[in-house]
Amino acid sequence: MSAHSEPIPLPATRRRMLPALREWTEREEVFSLLMILPPMAFLIALVGYPFAYGIWLSLENRPVAQPGTFIGLGNFMTDFRDPTFWQVVQNTFVYTGVATVLKMVGGLGLALVMNQAFRMKNLVRAVLLLPFIVPTVLSTIAWMWILDPSFSVINWLLVHGGIADRGPSWLGNGSWAMFSLIMVNTWRGLPFYAITLLAGLQTIPLELYEAATIDGAGALDRFRYVTLPLLKPVVFIVTMFSLIFTFSDFQLVYVLTRGGPANATHLFATYAFDIAMSGGQFGLGASVALAMLPPLALLIIALALYLRRA
Amino acid sequence: MVEDDGWPVRALRLWLPLGFFLIFALFPFYWMAITSLKPNQELYNPQLMPLIVRHPTLKHYVDLLGETDFLVWTWNTMLVATVSTAISLVFGTMLAYPLARMNFPGSALVSFAVAATYLVPQPLLFIPMAEIIERMGLGNTLTSVMLTYPTLLIPFCAWLLMGYFKSVPRELEDAARIDGASRLQTMFLVFLPLCKPGFISAGIFAFTLAQNEFLYALIFLTDTSVRTVPVGAIAELIRGDVFYWGQLMAAALLGSIPVAIIYSFFVEHYVAGLTAGAVK
Repeated sequence: MSAHSEPIPLPATRRRMLPALREWTEREEVFSLLMILPPMAFLIALVGYPFAYGIWLSLENRPVAQPGTFIGLGNFMTDFRDPTFWQVVQNTFVYTGVATVLKMVGGLGLALVMNQAFRMKNLVRAVLLLPFIVPTVLSTIAWMWILDPSFSVINWLLVHGGIADRGPSWLGNGSWAMFSLIMVNTWRGLPFYAITLLAGLQTIPLELYEAATIDGAGALDRFRYVTLPLLKPVVFIVTMFSLIFTFSDFQLVYVLTRGGPANATHLFATYAFDIAMSGGQFGLGASVALAMLPPLALLIIALALYLRRA
Repeated sequence: MVEDDGWPVRALRLWLPLGFFLIFALFPFYWMAITSLKPNQELYNPQLMPLIVRHPTLKHYVDLLGETDFLVWTWNTMLVATVSTAISLVFGTMLAYPLARMNFPGSALVSFAVAATYLVPQPLLFIPMAEIIERMGLGNTLTSVMLTYPTLLIPFCAWLLMGYFKSVPRELEDAARIDGASRLQTMFLVFLPLCKPGFISAGIFAFTLAQNEFLYALIFLTDTSVRTVPVGAIAELIRGDVFYWGQLMAAALLGSIPVAIIYSFFVEHYVAGLTAGAVK
């Protein structure tokens, strides 16, 4: 950082006309609040208001382009009686749980591998992040082709490698479709885990490992008693992030399966989209989206408090 | 960690797992590239070994650029990403500077609200948002996404910048204040010029997020002339049940390249932004 050595231009006295006003805006709290006001107003108008309006919508029976009628918790009652809704709940938890564990384990593995010294490390790190930075929809289209029912390259390899007579129907069978979604989600999210955990690993002082080695700790002990405890805060934050955004995922499912076959891969977001956008029932759709809120709110509040403290 | 290993150990601990992860990470891109170069008779012949191209052709690229509005979508995407990134950096700075540097009533609440807003996922908001945009008469305009993307990006930028701002020493600002500079002058002439790396990190990150956005674009933009690349590719290159795989892969590759190029210039900043929240 190069410091400015030339003198700071001093304020002229041209504002003498309104010295009182100027003095007022120079007060720390006034300056801060004036500065914060425009972005806060923007966020309240376009995040706070839609959020509140969404809650209102969920309490209405509201076919598209018609005035709604207030029906209290009617939409939520409809959801709870809808077997598809419960299927969606189950799908979302399976998808989030399995994908998060895979990203965690794989990401930690990759971070540990990357934490060794080797040539072109920065290049490798940059390349490994590609799945995370490329627009999700575009890379998912590539996966769709990799998993194509007739021309899947994985199946070609399975068949010609003598492993199977014919490969699985990746997107046509409910369980395989969920498996495929989890695989693609892991593919995309793993680099985020790995690179963040790697950054965390690099903050651990080498002396600690040396001290542990002198005390007779083996590689496994060093991992368990030095690496893991010191990595815990990073692991916590990355996991919370991943949980929030995997739980509310939309793009991947919309592109790869549209929730099918037979709702086997619908998540809250895609199901809400189907009901509201395709089915035109805004109130009911809003209620499905809001059903995500209780578990999400817990995660969001916990993480927001934690981040603010840090 | 400290000991010196022979090459078999090193191969087992480094190159083997690294090779596996590299293949897993890069294969879809290889597949995009190779598919986009194959002529159709090769693409849809199940007898041929699919991992190589025999007769490469640029036909899919020519068709993509000539027969579809891909270039329009690319332009729209760039424009929207640039505008929403700019808005987000300005508003993000206005939030981050007071939060990082000043004491004011309610600052704890504001910083909590910013962190929480950052974490509120879009699917919680898209249905009411669709109606609000419709009511404002902004359906099928790029304005609709230029207004809504910053809602996703501002909290993120504010939060990333706040961390960066806190890492800049206060001495210069104190000196400027003592010399009689106003708070605004101190902020603009003294402080912000020191924060370029922070702005680059936040800007790159916001830009890639904006290019990546899909849900709002899908709902608000239904006319081909205002579509962005992700929505255009999904909605128009997949016509009914017919998949033009060559063209789709060409579009996926071309759509990824601008992001990848920008990213390659600023990897360090990107990684700094990515890990800023988790690693202090």
